[in-house]
Amino acid sequence: MSDHSSSYVPSNGFTRWLDERLPVLRMMHGQFIDFPTPRNLNYFWTFGGILTFCLMVQLITGIILAMHFVAHGDHAFQSVEHIMRDVNWGDLIRYTHAVGASMFFLAAYIHMFRGLYYGSYKSPREILWILGVMIILVMIITAFMGYSLPWGQMSFWAVTVITNLFTAIPFVGESITQWIWGGYSVGDPTLNRLFSLHYLFPFVIAALVGLHIWALHVVGSNNPTGVEVKTEKDTVSFFPFYIIKDGFAVIMFALLFAWFVFYAPNYLGHSDNFIEANPLQTPQHIVPEWYFLPFYAILRAIPDKLFGVIAMILAICVLFVIPWLDTSRIRSVRYRPLYKPFFWLFVITCLALGYLGAKAPEGYYLLASRIFTAYYFIHFLVVMPVVGLYETPKEVPDSIADSVLGKEATSETAQ
Amino acid sequence: MSSDQNDVGRRDFLMVAAGSFAAVGGAAALWPLIDQMNPDASAKALASVEVDLAPIKDGQAITIMWRGKPVFIRKRTAQEIAAAEEVDVNDLPDPQSDSARVEKPEWLVLIGICTHLGCIPRGQAAGDLHGDFGGWFCPCHGSHYDTSGRIRKGPAPRNLEVPPYAFVTDSKIKIG
Repeated sequence: MSDHSSSYVPSNGFTRWLDERLPVLRMMHGQFIDFPTPRNLNYFWTFGGILTFCLMVQLITGIILAMHFVAHGDHAFQSVEHIMRDVNWGDLIRYTHAVGASMFFLAAYIHMFRGLYYGSYKSPREILWILGVMIILVMIITAFMGYSLPWGQMSFWAVTVITNLFTAIPFVGESITQWIWGGYSVGDPTLNRLFSLHYLFPFVIAALVGLHIWALHVVGSNNPTGVEVKTEKDTVSFFPFYIIKDGFAVIMFALLFAWFVFYAPNYLGHSDNFIEANPLQTPQHIVPEWYFLPFYAILRAIPDKLFGVIAMILAICVLFVIPWLDTSRIRSVRYRPLYKPFFWLFVITCLALGYLGAKAPEGYYLLASRIFTAYYFIHFLVVMPVVGLYETPKEVPDSIADSVLGKEATSETAQ
Repeated sequence: MSSDQNDVGRRDFLMVAAGSFAAVGGAAALWPLIDQMNPDASAKALASVEVDLAPIKDGQAITIMWRGKPVFIRKRTAQEIAAAEEVDVNDLPDPQSDSARVEKPEWLVLIGICTHLGCIPRGQAAGDLHGDFGGWFCPCHGSHYDTSGRIRKGPAPRNLEVPPYAFVTDSKIKIG
């Protein structure tokens, strides 16, 4: 795919001169203008573009916020109030950044479920998938660090609880935790390093996104049928078809984004974060942001501290190996009657864990979170390998063009 | 021929020596970059505090800061001491006798940080919940501690930690 010949023709003397020295325009043209893309992509394939938009929004608003934020234990909370009240457009920029984190995760989760449904992690897209899992891991760390910066009660106690996870490590846990804190408790040194790394990691994400797109353009996009591109008939050029489609999807997504920013900017936040951090008082009820709730539910479902932490980390890291856990010969769940109900059960499991992560871990809530945690892992470690072996898939179309135009139409054009 | 072989031996030695030198140098250069994150001397300098116990009445508890952490000091009543001492140590999740956790029975000194995930248990102020065992109760994930600060119920793995402290006079302690 990436080696398809770019139809780029330099249009004037300068671009001809540039093309002989640094063929960057040729590369861009080949990858984003006449790049052959499956003709049957649905709107779930627009989330790559939407995520690029989200990353840009976070980078731009974040760099601006850093111009006004003070990373000091005594001043951070005040400087965020200063951004909200005094800085020109400060409230808009900060709300966009805060809501933007939620929108970023919303789009990333849809993008991941898309990959799971259509088997986009299967050969030859393993590296593409693994890079994606690395991106979500770095996103989780970055979002957590960003949430700590306003230095409100929820920020402070979220940092306390999460850094205390490291004390679960046998023998060296205590020293590692103090090393992370830069003291004997969460304090000013901790805030400073979280800020430094929160500024760094988005650029790591951007680099990983570059590799992710590179890997995508080597093997080409998957598509709803899961059938590989065979002839030119199966594809259309990226411009104008998918530029327009992605652009339209980004605008639709931006509407939802804007609705939150302008009408419910605090809906996804927590009121306790309007109280300045107090190391002597823990809030009555600690909950993470919504996008971490499923993982938080898994952490609390397990009665042992160390194993709870391990399970939470494995919940993400298991995604690295699913290209080898899935034994199915075909990709798309569309043609997998036996696996399909399990897929939707997995989606329900993730939503249920999200709901339970916000509830007190007691009684039936605790029982339910244990059952769903068990299924979360059973799905990957048992259902994926076993169902693939015993399933008889439905008939898969011969080609992408066949699935779009019907068999007769394509054989006619072939004659 | 023989001088060639000597050369090979010498080259290997030079390669290994240069390699080890670079490795040691690299590690030595890396250490400051890692160690800068550890608590520095100014943090360590705040590592001990003295507390006057004279104004504290029976059954009263105070909270002071030590190394950025809350320390609970409670002057226990006779009933609280009795309740802590009569428990069968073998039934506890983290077995420890009450006498091993105090210098003097009426004074209980604890680091007020839940050993589960670092929240601050309630039970210091007069109107607070004390949990099912009359000590402290952590609101984050529901750990109950008794009148000796020992974990009795809930997810916390260990008893509330006792900081290093000593009586300087009969009514004054030095923590740290």
